[in-house]
Amino acid sequence: MRVSISQKKIRDSFVQKVQEISGQNLLVCYQCGKCSAGCPAVSEMDILPNQVIRFAQLGLKEELLNCRAVWACASCLTCNVRCPKGIKIAEVMEAIRQILLRQRRDHVDITKIPLEKRKEFPAIALISNFRKFTS
Amino acid sequence: MKLAYYPGCTLKAHGKNFEETALCSLKELGIEVQEIPRWNCCGTVFSLATDDVIHHVAPIRNLLRAQEAGFDSVVTLCAMCYNTLKRADARLQESSEVRDKLHRFMNEEKINYNGGVKVFHYLELIRDQIKLETVASRVKKPLKGLRVASYYGCLLVRPKGIGFDDLENPVIMDQLVSSLGAEAIDFPHKTECCGAYQTVDKPQVVALRAGQILKAAREQGAEAMAVSCPLCAFNLDYRQKDIRQLEPDFPTMPILYFTQLMALALGCPEETLRFDLHEVDPRPLLKKKGLI
Repeated sequence: MRVSISQKKIRDSFVQKVQEISGQNLLVCYQCGKCSAGCPAVSEMDILPNQVIRFAQLGLKEELLNCRAVWACASCLTCNVRCPKGIKIAEVMEAIRQILLRQRRDHVDITKIPLEKRKEFPAIALISNFRKFTS
Repeated sequence: MKLAYYPGCTLKAHGKNFEETALCSLKELGIEVQEIPRWNCCGTVFSLATDDVIHHVAPIRNLLRAQEAGFDSVVTLCAMCYNTLKRADARLQESSEVRDKLHRFMNEEKINYNGGVKVFHYLELIRDQIKLETVASRVKKPLKGLRVASYYGCLLVRPKGIGFDDLENPVIMDQLVSSLGAEAIDFPHKTECCGAYQTVDKPQVVALRAGQILKAAREQGAEAMAVSCPLCAFNLDYRQKDIRQLEPDFPTMPILYFTQLMALALGCPEETLRFDLHEVDPRPLLKKKGLI
């Protein structure tokens, strides 16, 4: 994958927004990769959790806003409890999802889930899914 | 001793087997609980965005209801409710800004909630107040010969400070299962996420994940799995149907709430067990073991 880095991207308000919503200082990360090593969802991710942090540090906004990784994350918090620097990676994932959801770019369309499937799900599955994946 | 109890939505429908067996077991142990008046959905997930305060209203309102009714603690069963209620309370207590905002959101309530209603999980109640020895002494039908792997998932143990057992190697459910006379099977996937709510939009991914968890338990000799979260229960139980479509030889494994095992051992009536709510029927295994 070809990635271009620039001062402009690093100073973009996107980086600030991710830090604000997540409450995390992205520069604390030293890329040890422990988050990705323990993540149960990596097989579904196009960018690994440690790469999400690196991309966010560098302001690679388009790559992050169009990645699959943040939607594969189920906020299980395994990364958070294992990070040696105490970064809450799941909160950074949430911030990127929130930036999209706050522009009404929903990940799940309720009407596209067939009615018979909807009936099968317990309330807990539907409520949590819509809370995480819709605006 | 009368305790406040918060059931949450799923326990009143798909998780009836969880609630009925939990309440019956407590009765057998001599504990009475009272459902919080006018409780509402907790929202199921704790908001991870720092500026999102509105979503804490739902869990906090339940704690306010408990306080209004004169309780200083609330017991929960569902892992997601437990986590959301406890984290929302911690968030309100650590930030005066969040607290003030929540008061303003709920300005028509009779009291301002300032934190302090202790949220605890049924398993904590068993471990810390009732004590496992007491449970063991009340067992009428030991679950002899039943090999059970306990699956904790995410929200009973994470994050640090909210979970009530070791982050990487929780044991409380295993200890309970042992005190009921069953054989507790340790396995490496006990805190590995099942995919949670991804089950709605990515059922195939959850089926793969559930398959890995079940295989890991079977490899250690487990015949059944104990859980404490209705979403884990749904994923591990109902997704076995999808696993078998991909892998027709996949041996199914019954998924039981730990409270169903308690109810069985403590002698609760068989109708409380509600095996009709399961996808993989636990009855053939329990019959084979002479437990029903």
